[in-house]
Amino acid sequence: MVMGVEQQRRKPYLVLAPFVAVALLASACGGGDGAAGGGAGGGAGKEAPIRATLNAAGATFPNAFYEVAIAGYKQVQPGVTVNYAATGSGTGRQRLQDGVVDFAGSDGLVAAADVPKYKGEFVYIPTVAAPITVSYNLSGVSDLTLDADTIAKVFSRQIKTWNDPAITALNPGKNLPATAITVAHRSDGSGTTENFTKYLVAAAPNSWSLKSGSTVEWPADTQAGNGNQGVAQIVKSTAGGVGYVDLSDAKASGLQFAKVRNRSGNAVLPTVEAASAALAGVTINDDLSYNPLNADGADAYPITAPTWILVYKNQTDQAKGAAIKSFLRYVLGDAQKQAKAVDYASLPSGLQQKALAKVDSIVVPA
Amino acid sequence: MCIGCGLLVLVILALIAVTMTRKAWPALSHDGLRFFTSQRWAPNVEAFGSLAFVYGTLVTAVIALALAVPVSVGIALYLSDLAPRRLRGPVGSLVDLLAAVPSVVYGLWGVIVLAPWLSGVYDRISDVTSPIPILSTLFAGPSKGRGLFTAGIILALMITPIVTSITKEVFDTVPRAQKEAAYALGATRWEMIRAAIFPHSRAGMVGAVMLGLGRAMGETIAAALVIGSSPQITANLFRSGDSMAAVIANQFGEAGGLHASALIALGVELFALTIIVNVIARAIVGRRLRRA
Repeated sequence: MVMGVEQQRRKPYLVLAPFVAVALLASACGGGDGAAGGGAGGGAGKEAPIRATLNAAGATFPNAFYEVAIAGYKQVQPGVTVNYAATGSGTGRQRLQDGVVDFAGSDGLVAAADVPKYKGEFVYIPTVAAPITVSYNLSGVSDLTLDADTIAKVFSRQIKTWNDPAITALNPGKNLPATAITVAHRSDGSGTTENFTKYLVAAAPNSWSLKSGSTVEWPADTQAGNGNQGVAQIVKSTAGGVGYVDLSDAKASGLQFAKVRNRSGNAVLPTVEAASAALAGVTINDDLSYNPLNADGADAYPITAPTWILVYKNQTDQAKGAAIKSFLRYVLGDAQKQAKAVDYASLPSGLQQKALAKVDSIVVPA
Repeated sequence: MCIGCGLLVLVILALIAVTMTRKAWPALSHDGLRFFTSQRWAPNVEAFGSLAFVYGTLVTAVIALALAVPVSVGIALYLSDLAPRRLRGPVGSLVDLLAAVPSVVYGLWGVIVLAPWLSGVYDRISDVTSPIPILSTLFAGPSKGRGLFTAGIILALMITPIVTSITKEVFDTVPRAQKEAAYALGATRWEMIRAAIFPHSRAGMVGAVMLGLGRAMGETIAAALVIGSSPQITANLFRSGDSMAAVIANQFGEAGGLHASALIALGVELFALTIIVNVIARAIVGRRLRRA
């Protein structure tokens, strides 16, 4: 703006110079990473190098784990680009139905009525599981214990204060204040809500009448937050707040978790180990669907949510099919070791072997 | 060439309406007229009623207009007639800057800063209005800050720049001769504004308000974050509600089958509602202009 108009007319390219410089620097940095990755991949992988781009969409619940897995997989197969869009389980399944994505992440199973809408037979590949915490904000009260009936009554507003007899009965010796309970739930449709409400339907059928689903009819005097972080933020900023938040977001917000009484009567904290204990005792169906909610097991955390990858059994593209199988084997293999660091429970070895066998059953054209 | 472009816009609008109605048909045939008359929105039991969302959309839009239009007209009057010439450029640019802020930033600011602060303000207002009959129903407490009124405030902030800039342009077109004539007849400044500026600008002001209303009714992310997401029809403006655009944004990601179809039907209803409101407003203004 200091230069006169004539000067501007004579040297317009000077304005572009900084942008060109930035573009050159960016491409140089990008190129450098690729070269390093290629070197590592070529040496370590036992598989032949594959070149493909995989597009996927689905649940937000396992997104943190998939990001780690995709970054790690890039070192193994640098020629494969995996794009996972965390749009939500429903959108992911819809996109797989329409053939827009190569695989979908879903926290829930496909309804029987929707199965014919898919372009062919698909398989469920379980990947990880994680606990859903019941986080609360009550100063001076740590180690709160709740059970399914109490949780159901709190979230359906039958219990409105923290010193209600039902809660004090579960926490003998603790001084619970008369603070009003502020319930926080999800404003957006969510697989976390679906698994949390499924747990309440299974474990507290007499106290929970709102049924289950990605959205339920929460009572009007509750607070809604957008995403797990939104619910965590409401609990964090409201004295007497309580909400259901997945483990990694609850830890990131520094929330206190309640211990939940499982089927065996033990009060268990939501840890990765307790989630693994829940997975250990479940019945696994032939299609690898299973239900770890309200699981048996002395150390099991009862609100453990599963998640799967859905993929078509008969692949039509050779490179993509090979890439999908290779990526899924990585997710079920080396990536499982990284699950705990991002607060997910890796699959028990029995389920892991069955999942790998399911991946092998995917048919790729020669 | 021009006829072609005009027709193209109409064709695109018609195609949008037709394709969306087709996708919405499973939900509309499942629920029938109950879709438009029922308050109950329960996707997990496949009960879809849109009345609560229509209420939320209209109420937040009306609150936004009630807050924004007087302020915008005031700013536009100031910028076109009252401000010293040096200030007109900078102040006008500052108001336009409000339009440049992305709506998600408004929503985040609303959730993190405004709503918690407003919670205390609402409690004090409800204490004051509790003895007054109608106001006590409209402004009852206690409130956590997220609700219809907060959404209305955020929307008012978002539509102010649009209404202001269009209104200011319209006020600038008032011929100086008319303003001078008013002064010559002995009018005070306010009488001049009423006699010379407003009658000349009526149609333009209505157009500006219509644009603002359209934006307020369709605003998605900002409303979704602060409106409270609790579909209910309530006279208490401080309570949570929900709007059509907000619920579509919130629930579409996880929706499948009938639920997704019902959300698309809500989109069609919002489309139709915006057109109906526009037609009614133009009819009212048209009648007033003809009478004047």
